[in-house]
Amino acid sequence: MTTATPTVGAGAQAAGKPTTTAGRVRNRLNSRTATLVSIVIALLWTIPTFGLFISSFRPEAEIKSTGWWTFFTDPQFTLENYQDVLFGSSSSSGQLASYFINSLAITIPSVLFPLAFASLAAYALAWINFRGRDWLYIAIFAMQIVPLQMALVPLLKFFSTGVTVAGVQLMPAWNLVDEQKFAQVWFAHTCFALPFAVFLLHNFVSQLPRDLMEAARVDGATHPKIFRTIVLPLITPALAAFGIFQFLWVWNDLLVALIFAGGGNETAPLTVRLAEMAGTRGNEWQRLTAGAFVSIVVPLVVFLSLQRFFVRGLLAGSVKG
Amino acid sequence: MEFDFAEEQPKFLMLMYGLIAFVAVVGGLLLLLDVVPAWFARRREAQLVAASTGGGPLPRRRKPREGLFALFFLLPTLLLLSIGLVVPALRTVLLSFMDAGSKDWVGLSNYSWMFSEDSIVRVLLNTLIWVLLVPLVATSFGLLYAVMVDKARFESIAKSLIFLPMAISFVGASIIWKFVYAYRSEDQDQIGLLNQVVVSLGGEPRQWLLDSPLNTFLLIVIMVWIQAGFAMVVLSAAIKAIPADIVEAARLDGVSPWQMFWQITMPSIRPALIVVVVTLSIATLKVFDIVRTATNGNYDTSVIANEMYNQAFRYGENGQGSALAVFLFILVIPIVIYQIRNLRQQREG
Repeated sequence: MTTATPTVGAGAQAAGKPTTTAGRVRNRLNSRTATLVSIVIALLWTIPTFGLFISSFRPEAEIKSTGWWTFFTDPQFTLENYQDVLFGSSSSSGQLASYFINSLAITIPSVLFPLAFASLAAYALAWINFRGRDWLYIAIFAMQIVPLQMALVPLLKFFSTGVTVAGVQLMPAWNLVDEQKFAQVWFAHTCFALPFAVFLLHNFVSQLPRDLMEAARVDGATHPKIFRTIVLPLITPALAAFGIFQFLWVWNDLLVALIFAGGGNETAPLTVRLAEMAGTRGNEWQRLTAGAFVSIVVPLVVFLSLQRFFVRGLLAGSVKG
Repeated sequence: MEFDFAEEQPKFLMLMYGLIAFVAVVGGLLLLLDVVPAWFARRREAQLVAASTGGGPLPRRRKPREGLFALFFLLPTLLLLSIGLVVPALRTVLLSFMDAGSKDWVGLSNYSWMFSEDSIVRVLLNTLIWVLLVPLVATSFGLLYAVMVDKARFESIAKSLIFLPMAISFVGASIIWKFVYAYRSEDQDQIGLLNQVVVSLGGEPRQWLLDSPLNTFLLIVIMVWIQAGFAMVVLSAAIKAIPADIVEAARLDGVSPWQMFWQITMPSIRPALIVVVVTLSIATLKVFDIVRTATNGNYDTSVIANEMYNQAFRYGENGQGSALAVFLFILVIPIVIYQIRNLRQQREG
């Protein structure tokens, strides 16, 4: 991979030390301002989240009457907000536990399907010779730029009324109810993810050494065998990178879920519920703060534990174009 | 605890069906791909054996059926892409020339509606502000930060802090910032950080999100907050990839940090810079979640993606919604063409 980041030798810093006193002072000052500015930026970027986090543990009356910074002079701690927002039974409380399960049920298959289909496709586009291969790759690559808004109306119609060409019903409507609507969301997420997934995985698969593939072919291995025993193990980092991408994307998505999952607690994920709460109960900060954290915590854990893969995938996906 | 776990069981059942379907489809495909060639090979062997014992002519060796393999490898992807993306996109183009119920052709009237209705012109204008500001500001912050923490002592932690918002959903981020913008009347304690800062500086608290056009800029802050991390990571990697000897040579020549930045760093990371700006521009054009969560598009903050959702899925105006989607697509195209041109220049240069 060309995206590995070479670390510049530590000697580079020492060699550039200015010799005059004035020069040294100026350099110091430069690095001082740099440090200061970067600390200010870092604070600006963390404080909003931190404030929300603190607030989620403060009692309702406190959240609504004083700023979260008073927590440090007058600490009051409660888990009631989380209890209420996750498990409370009144319809206004959030019932987020139910939506949390929905988010899980939506996300897991929506990651697995594109992962499998795209790695198959990426292998074929990289290592099987057939006519029109390059054109097909370019076509799939180009589909990345189609905004998914272009597909929403007809796709929803496809689910609700099926396909009819010239009066002949080619495919029936899906007619899904309640939790069966998960299938719609899986389908939509899989379709929308494929162009990027094929592109990203193709970047990795096509860089595997040609000798390795030819040696395997000479030994009589068929394409499926090569794919399973040689390619899959070698592109695990790429699979992880795309998996994290897709996980964050699906877990955090609002638009696709809003359209294909509906709004009820049978299928809607956390994001849909939170957006709804922010709209209708915008002043119930004790619920919004705790609720926001419930939705943030899973992607945060995934992200922090697998950041290395994520960054690698990001760089491979963007810089190499 | 009032939460009834038993009620959630159908969901897990459905999830299990989904996983079973996954195993069946993918496993079945792999199995098929394994079994069929093996079967062909065995049949060929049998033919060969029969031919050699019977003394007949050897059957012609057929060319390996590479194309057939490719078809099976690509089948799920191609099928899903055409059902889920290609055909719907083409249909959307057609729908944009039809009326609300997709019954009659109305020509270009959905498009002329877009540019004549005041509220929609406002939406287009807002989108323009978004797409001009977000890439610029987010990239500047990301670059500034990447340069400043480069080789600093706590570099990886410092980078993680900026990068972290990328893991947070747009909805979560909007709630975080709505809380920063929260408003209490003057005689009460402020609970929002921004108003508290304003009050402690002697100003009056304001309802930030109701105040057009300021509110659009405050929503843009949210997007910048999320995306600066992306810019920072990509640019930081580009900075680290600058060959050490170039930096060294410049140092020995005694260039100032300022000159170093403009004459060494900037030209070296130009390709990465373009990629970041292009990616952010496209992401910004499609922004939906932030506007919907923070203001629901009210108070003159709506953008194209939000208006498209409203027209198509709330007001049942399929024609107008489709026209907005097509317009969004048209806006993306020049950005992509610019990107492709750049890539080509890079390869030739």
